Amino acid sequence: MNPSNPADPAVEIVRVRKDYGSAVGVADVSLTVGRGEFVTLLGPSGCGKSTLLGMIAGFVDPTAGKIIVDGADVTQVEPYRRDIGMVFQSYALFPHMNVYDNVAFGLRMRKLSKAEIDAEVRRVIEMMKLGGMEERRVRQLSGGQQQRVALARAIVIRPKVLLLDEPLSALDKNLRAQMQVELSDLHRKTGLTTIFVTHDQGEALSLSDRIVVMNRGEVQQVAPPIELYRTPANGFVASFIGEINALPAGRYEISGGEAALVLPGIGRLTAPARPEWRFGHGTEVRAFLRPEHVQPAGTQAGDAQAGEGANRISGVVAAHVYQGSHTITRVTVEGIGLVETRVTGAEIMAEAPVGAPITLTIDLGQAVLLGEG
Amino acid sequence: MRVFAFWSLVTAILVYMTLPTIVVLMTSVNPTEILAFPPEGISFQWYQKAVTYPDFQTAFWNGIVVTSFASTLALIVGSTFAWLVNRYEFAGRGVLEAVLWSPLIIPHFTLGFGFLLLGGAFRLQQGYVMVVLAHMVLVMPFVTRAVYVSLANVDGDLSRAAANLGASPFHVLTRIELPLVLPGMAGGWLIAAVISFTEFTASLYVTGSRTQTLPVAMYNYIREYADPTVSAISAMLIIATTLLMFIADRAFGLRRVLAIDTH
Repeated sequence: MNPSNPADPAVEIVRVRKDYGSAVGVADVSLTVGRGEFVTLLGPSGCGKSTLLGMIAGFVDPTAGKIIVDGADVTQVEPYRRDIGMVFQSYALFPHMNVYDNVAFGLRMRKLSKAEIDAEVRRVIEMMKLGGMEERRVRQLSGGQQQRVALARAIVIRPKVLLLDEPLSALDKNLRAQMQVELSDLHRKTGLTTIFVTHDQGEALSLSDRIVVMNRGEVQQVAPPIELYRTPANGFVASFIGEINALPAGRYEISGGEAALVLPGIGRLTAPARPEWRFGHGTEVRAFLRPEHVQPAGTQAGDAQAGEGANRISGVVAAHVYQGSHTITRVTVEGIGLVETRVTGAEIMAEAPVGAPITLTIDLGQAVLLGEG
Repeated sequence: MRVFAFWSLVTAILVYMTLPTIVVLMTSVNPTEILAFPPEGISFQWYQKAVTYPDFQTAFWNGIVVTSFASTLALIVGSTFAWLVNRYEFAGRGVLEAVLWSPLIIPHFTLGFGFLLLGGAFRLQQGYVMVVLAHMVLVMPFVTRAVYVSLANVDGDLSRAAANLGASPFHVLTRIELPLVLPGMAGGWLIAAVISFTEFTASLYVTGSRTQTLPVAMYNYIREYADPTVSAISAMLIIATTLLMFIADRAFGLRRVLAIDTH
């Protein structure tokens, strides 16, 4: 399956645009979601991801463009005729109904027989581990249980697409991790085409088949998580996905198989050229480096990755953030600012206390290089 | 010392606010025919006279009829308006809102007088229709407010979720929105009923001897006689209203419905 253009599309978004007066909410977004795919819309608040979701559900009218679900143009179709399930950020459970009636609501609207409704509701309640809670009022449920009712209510109607609008953001950290696993299981079990909206890159990376990174109403990149992390398309994606150090712009030099990045006033970093680095000799590029690819010199990890004596920059330790299995050390480097390293263990805190000078090695071969513009 | 001063002040305010009521309640059990305070004993003869006095009986039923119609009509009109304001932006919305709130600002005296003049022009002098219309205007702001607040409390996501699950706009209204604002509507109706039933100033103008409501009958009585019957009626009204409000608060969360903020 071609990841950017699935063969069997469940949802096709064609040059969809939403203007709010003179402000742009969503700017000419096109996206195809394959049947059974789990696609995440990821971006900071106000990037247009929720507006886009609202347009798929039918709550927001696009200014221009088309939305096609299962081959049918639904752009002008009322929300209640779209057969799209949605879990709201607030869950939006009906407070005057118990769990059973909440789950049964969509089936009752579809005028199914009592027996059919009962069988379906029981099946989904069982699947969502809500057995025994049918008679409870929704106010009496915990956050995680409310979440499961919201999911049960959305999937019981067997929707063509399942939309999830930041459904985990109201939960505490442990519960969120658990619900991530449950969402993943649910997706595997039901095979539902799912569009998930979040601003949490961790959630996006762990759940998605593909991630759509959005900023200011525009799609920045559409790619599977690993590709997104390793080869971000631009500076925004690079800094939004995971931790990354942005080095200042430098001059790219290439001779034979050896590439070099010359950073004025800082130094010269080299690495064997990578095939995707198609920059001309002398062009301006920016390097982005994950903290794990910056290591203290003199350590085994540091010297192994950069080669002895090469690719070094010097700075002063600004802070340590101990994280158990590893330590994040922030180093002030003149000409760059703060550079983050991620070092295994805790020893670095004793070896290089805050305020002490430190030399870092940089593994340019692992860096993401982006041309200007 | 400071604590003492605080509680003295609180006590003073409480006494000041409740003293008139307490005086009325106490005189209602006076065994003699004078409105004496403090009472000279305990007797319930004035209660018996109050419930058997024909003018009061007629006025009580007049009040029930007027209150039922006025509050119910105000509920229908007020709810519709609250729903429109909650849902739509339209030209003249502000003006409409101001007109609906106006009974809170315009003296009942003026409204009653106005209705009296209008009634003359339309040949409705002091009939039930005019009394009901006047009361409906007086209670409209309270009903509208109650419904408006409870509508604002209905999370828009609930309506969207219902639509998402396949509910047509009609079903969203009947299955989700109406059940959720029903307590607000009931609470608003009740407040309106209590206000209408005990309203005096405007009623004095718009009622006639045939249509007079209880407060007007009480006023007419006290102009003629000075016995504690009116105290007894007041006591019964206070007790009935208190009970009603207490039950309504338990059933509909009246305090929440009447709150100025929307939470």
